Amino acid sequence: MRYNRQIILSEIGPLGQEKISKAKVLVVGAGGLGCPILQYLTAAGIGTIGIIDFDVVEASNLQRQVLFGTSSLGQNKAEAAKKRLEDLNNTIKIQAYPYKLNYQNALDLFHQYDIIVDGSDNFETRYLVNDACILTNKPLVYGAIFKFEGQVSVFNYQNGASYRCLFPNMPKKEAVPNCSQLGVLGVLPGIIGSMQANEVLKIILGIGTVLSGKLLCFNALTNETLILRITKSEKTIFAILNAKDEFHKTHLNVDCKTAPTSISINDVFNKKNIQFIDVREADELPKIDLFDVVEIPLGELEHRLDKISLEKETYCFCQSGTRSEQAVAVLRKHNITNCYNIQEGASEIIQSLKV
Amino acid sequence: MRIPIKYFGLIAEITKCQEETISFSGSFIFELLETLHSKYPELKNNGFQVAQDRALVTVETRLTGEEIALLPPFSGG
Repeated sequence: MRYNRQIILSEIGPLGQEKISKAKVLVVGAGGLGCPILQYLTAAGIGTIGIIDFDVVEASNLQRQVLFGTSSLGQNKAEAAKKRLEDLNNTIKIQAYPYKLNYQNALDLFHQYDIIVDGSDNFETRYLVNDACILTNKPLVYGAIFKFEGQVSVFNYQNGASYRCLFPNMPKKEAVPNCSQLGVLGVLPGIIGSMQANEVLKIILGIGTVLSGKLLCFNALTNETLILRITKSEKTIFAILNAKDEFHKTHLNVDCKTAPTSISINDVFNKKNIQFIDVREADELPKIDLFDVVEIPLGELEHRLDKISLEKETYCFCQSGTRSEQAVAVLRKHNITNCYNIQEGASEIIQSLKV
Repeated sequence: MRIPIKYFGLIAEITKCQEETISFSGSFIFELLETLHSKYPELKNNGFQVAQDRALVTVETRLTGEEIALLPPFSGG
């Protein structure tokens, strides 16, 4: 009786409901996104639901984290959500993990579930979740918000693209503020989280078109929705698989700090065992002939990686510092990590050499 | 060539508009980015991906005149 309204849909039926009741879904984060995700998945009758969150409910959460009420204040979110969800549906199994997801516990936990849903609120966790999904071969239903905008996608689904195929490297911690600094309208995570729950059910039921290899961008102010195609990067995924043995040795806080990409030419002069790459087109001036320079235009870089000595630190430059920054991203994408962008353009570099 | 560009998230905050059309004579995405970086210097501190005609592309991709989108990562949840 409970599931009658979805069972009478010909696309679902009793067989579909059986698939739902056998499914095991882990939701990372019981916050703005996690609450609607958990609410709809619980109501739909997902057989086993895991909730991992170390945080406690605060008054400022209640405007959007709709599973919680005044009586939940101060309680752990995973446990408070479990309590509310067990009232919503007492026929399913709900497991609360009231601690932080980290590189030491992620793989064991993910192995116990069929689908992982990311409702976290920071990049460290998002990259951890993505990499752990690659290593455990689990589909990842991704959602993220910024003010009035949201993104939804499904990663690592049937050998599809991963989060790193979209955004290869973690942004600097201070580069992108979060909801508590920026503000968010409560219905936005409601919309995006509901879309994530929808993708979870489509994956379980095998109906419709899953957002794999695609990123849905939603703007709540204009109601505009844009779906962009993402290309899978085999190299990126291979690099994660290849580093499997290192995974559990990684520490969450250490991992927050990404290597700086840019450096001033004045800090480069005293370095030894380095090489300079000029990523400008062959006809661009002024040329630098005061030290050895390998010329590889940015467009050709990816095909001429053999020209780059891996034993030396690599410093890229161009006319203004923009293309060389992209060049560093290209090199790092190909796992050449000891490379840096010289902030100054060619003319400025010559100027500082003269001083 | 007149190129329509869409901005998302933090990028739209920097450009102070969600979309614009700019006249541009270069041929590649990285050239367009250089122009945008000089128009909006603050872009430099922000990572984003570029899409052309609703598909993610590398900066070495040739411009076709179809819609460009600058897409930053979101972390909020």
